[in-house]
Amino acid sequence: MNQFEYLRPASVAEAVAAASEPGAAFLAAGTNLLDLMKLGALRPSRLVDVTRLPELSNVEQLDGGGFRIGALVRNADLAREPAFAAAFPSVAEALLSGASAQLRNAASVGGNLMQHTRCAYFQDPASACNRRDPGTGCDALTGENRSHAVLGWSNACIATHPSDFSVPLVALDAVVEIAGPDGRREMALEDLYPLPDAHRAPESGLRPGEMVVSLRLPPEAASFRAHARYLKLRERTSFAFALVSAAAALRIEDGRILQARLALGAVAARPWRARAAEALLFGAVPSAENFGRAADAALADARPSGDNGFKIELARRVIKRVLLLAADGTPERMPALPASAFNLENGAVAHV
Amino acid sequence: MSDTISPPSTHVRMGSSRGQPLTRRDGLLKVTGTATFAADNNPQGLVHAVVAVSAIARGRVASLDVTAAKAHPGVIEVITPANRPPLAIDPDQKTGLFGFRFEALQNDRVRYAKQPIALVVAETLEAATEGARLLSPTYEAEAARMGFDDGERYDPPAIGIGAPTNFVRGDIAAGHAAAVHSIKTDYRTPAQYHNAMEPHAIVAEWDGDRLTIDSPNQAIVMSRGLFAGYFGIPAENVFLRSPFLGGGFGSKAIMPGPYILAILAARMLGRPVKLVLPRDQMYGPVGHRGATEQTLRLAMDADGHLTALEHHATAQTSSFDEFIEPAANASHNLYASPAIETRQQAVRVDIGTPGPMRAPGEASGSAALECAIDEAALACGLDSLEFRLRNYAETDPASGKPFSAKALRECYSRGAERFGWAGRPLAPRQMRDKAGHLVGWGMGSALFPAPMFMAEARATLRADGTALVETAGADMGQGAWTALAQIAADGLGLDIEQVEFRSGASDLPDGGVAGGSGHTATAGSALYNAGTDAIAKLAELASSDPDSPLFGSGNAGVEARGGRLYHREDETRSQSYAEILSRAGVATLEGTGKGGRDPAQAEARAMFSHGAVFAEVKVDPDLGQMRVTRLVGAFAAGRIVNPRLATSQLYGGMIWGLSFALHEEAIHDRRSGRPLNADLAGYHIPVHADIPAMDAILVDEDDPYVNGLGIKGVGEIGITGTVGAIANAIWHATGVRAHRFPIRIEDLIA
Repeated sequence: MNQFEYLRPASVAEAVAAASEPGAAFLAAGTNLLDLMKLGALRPSRLVDVTRLPELSNVEQLDGGGFRIGALVRNADLAREPAFAAAFPSVAEALLSGASAQLRNAASVGGNLMQHTRCAYFQDPASACNRRDPGTGCDALTGENRSHAVLGWSNACIATHPSDFSVPLVALDAVVEIAGPDGRREMALEDLYPLPDAHRAPESGLRPGEMVVSLRLPPEAASFRAHARYLKLRERTSFAFALVSAAAALRIEDGRILQARLALGAVAARPWRARAAEALLFGAVPSAENFGRAADAALADARPSGDNGFKIELARRVIKRVLLLAADGTPERMPALPASAFNLENGAVAHV
Repeated sequence: MSDTISPPSTHVRMGSSRGQPLTRRDGLLKVTGTATFAADNNPQGLVHAVVAVSAIARGRVASLDVTAAKAHPGVIEVITPANRPPLAIDPDQKTGLFGFRFEALQNDRVRYAKQPIALVVAETLEAATEGARLLSPTYEAEAARMGFDDGERYDPPAIGIGAPTNFVRGDIAAGHAAAVHSIKTDYRTPAQYHNAMEPHAIVAEWDGDRLTIDSPNQAIVMSRGLFAGYFGIPAENVFLRSPFLGGGFGSKAIMPGPYILAILAARMLGRPVKLVLPRDQMYGPVGHRGATEQTLRLAMDADGHLTALEHHATAQTSSFDEFIEPAANASHNLYASPAIETRQQAVRVDIGTPGPMRAPGEASGSAALECAIDEAALACGLDSLEFRLRNYAETDPASGKPFSAKALRECYSRGAERFGWAGRPLAPRQMRDKAGHLVGWGMGSALFPAPMFMAEARATLRADGTALVETAGADMGQGAWTALAQIAADGLGLDIEQVEFRSGASDLPDGGVAGGSGHTATAGSALYNAGTDAIAKLAELASSDPDSPLFGSGNAGVEARGGRLYHREDETRSQSYAEILSRAGVATLEGTGKGGRDPAQAEARAMFSHGAVFAEVKVDPDLGQMRVTRLVGAFAAGRIVNPRLATSQLYGGMIWGLSFALHEEAIHDRRSGRPLNADLAGYHIPVHADIPAMDAILVDEDDPYVNGLGIKGVGEIGITGTVGAIANAIWHATGVRAHRFPIRIEDLIA
């Protein structure tokens, strides 16, 4: 291991100051960062351990129905927080479909949002990667890329963002609250994940020294709770990243969709909000046919970045299915296999 | 004691131990973390070694920054080809059937990615790790050859471990000419890595010209000699300890180069050296299952009897040595056909040399064969179980010899009954569950040879009537500490609690290799024979003691049971072991025994374990997501020593088969040759939630010929049959026949 400095600041202000130095990285549970350091893919010269910072471990219900979740809340704790899971069932489902029980017990909300792509070329320091080492090229583009991006990619980078959690969050217009050298600010979660341009693939929308201190769900996000699902295709039932996933949230009144929210996971460098599909569903009857049209609209701009053309058709089918599931209603209880295609004990509309 | 056992034994004491579902004797140590694995040893003065590995797959190392590495605090020594001390044997020399070529810094050539190119030794693991990084190698790279079409294709002189390359019996052309139905089909299997939970590890310490090694090993005494050979010392100077292995699967029976480097470093520095391979370095110098491409042509008559069976396979091997996955051999011994032909080719690619990996050849070959059999059944319009029964081999198809025992018919019927196979529709896509998922049922036949190797053992009766039994066996997790002790106790006529069992060290009698599913039969026979030898000597003492109740009874006139010898015709005449020894003034009484196959029986009969595996899968019709929901296997593998452990072994095999069918695949970059998923996050094996309701039925089988104890193996057979059963079930659910493993979602949604 290389030599690095280890700091354990006592306040957010100290943490931000410590992390403003070039080469610094925030350390939370370390479930991703430490792996990358051992692989030699990331070599921070300073680790700023934020796990002891006060006041970042709370789940607060805000006046008006929104929620604020501290960046250090554990994934497992958040998914099992009754008020949160009732208000945002698809977020809880996505959380429980991610990683393994052991990892969820350790991993933090902020760390989950800030995790790096699992592109094998990003993780291999001997491979060219514009995301890891800007300007070196992208070995994934002509390499083993079966699971890579089909939306929003460029020749500079075809990596996908691996988080399940962030997919329903982006669908629900979640906001991240940020502390930085210039004070506090907030941004739409979606903007935390810039898409690559023709030459660059920036890792995040944060500026040097900035840290995510909390995640906020707006009050209207809870209005979808009766029809909110997350569906994840993966190659083993646990401890596997999505091949394609999708979060759908609907408000249905009198048999018509008043509002639809839809986001795809594992298809782009960010959780992919499908706004054209959402617009198409406004006022529509929830039906397989309408959901199929929405799926087509969501993937209209998709193109393979390599040996992954099948992901486009798969994404269409996942969207259609997750919309059907959402229309059927949020299950009364968390499915035994969260987000799995093998849970169809559906229909009981809960949390109304 | 002779080195063969004449079956059937007239003197098998069916004591209280064998056949009992005892729990693992080492279980408490393992669950409390007190079992000492190799890397748990920390001798005084220990230093740590880390291997620097190549980032290219072919070429040469142009430079290493040894100065930078040595300047790093804590780094003691850097070994490169420039300063590597000589070895007594060239690592590029073949040293026999199990002796593979390996890299021990003999030159600057690179033959595969992750090949060792230097060894860094430091006071701490962290310093050695950073030292290895600081070497910042540069290379003169040549284009890597990774695919079947990239490398040199050739006809290997042998496949597997010394097996003939090609096989023909009968007239293939006549078989095809007689055919009414025929199929031709192709299957591909990927490179797979053993991924034992315990990584390869060694702690080496020299004392003058004596060497102590702690390292997980599947063939302890054989390896002792190999280690000694490379360092030019007598085998007796090497003490190799391997009491526990966290899995081996074949990868811990061969000599990896990094071990030799660690031992060299220990000698150079005069300090004990520990080396533990990180997970990614297990994707290079410690073997793997080579990728295969297989083609099968099956011809059948109007009644669905095979008239010809052709199985051709091409396997990948390394550019510098060979282990050819003998996949086509899976077609030799299972289905009756008047004409059978198997051929194997090989392709040299820039990858570490493959090696035996759990059911080598049987696993990959059975995967293709069992799918092809299903395709053939369909071509004949027959249920796939009925087709298998019509082609049931009453004698070994390859040799024409009788089987020593074959209860496959009963495996089929009991497995089918437990599974509920009857009434399965012939056509695919006929069954759905209430959630609308496609449901499919598939099956496969399981077959595995029942080999024996050579082993020796010692049994020592002690004055208090207890015994010490010894053999250098290997417990890889399968339960050898327990099953072998059960057999040993029976040989001695003692309860298992009265037997102290020593194993897992090279100063004990040679326990042979724990591999090929032959360890229990081989080492068990040696232990049993050592026990009967000691008992015979004990009976001799009693029989010749005029004051013994057994005086004059002779060796054959007594029975050993519960620590006493009983007169065979008069149960009231008996004497305890302790009393016999005490009266004879003997402190300890030693017996020895060997285990090995009777050559006459080996010549006369074909010896295999058999089984049948039935699988149910569900598939989402739109999304292609697959899930195995039920697995039932029925296996006939001779006499079962410990049903609990045997069932566990069979479960393990079946899970391995599921892993083969749906999960495992090493992915290498086509250009660089580097593995891209060299960790357990990327290289998938099933998680608990992927393992369905499992059932392993132990079918009774009395095999009087295989050895005196009637024991076959259960270690690997569960893999065979299972891969095909799952693939066939997926076809039955979806109507889509995937021609590669693992089967992927995209194969089903096209």
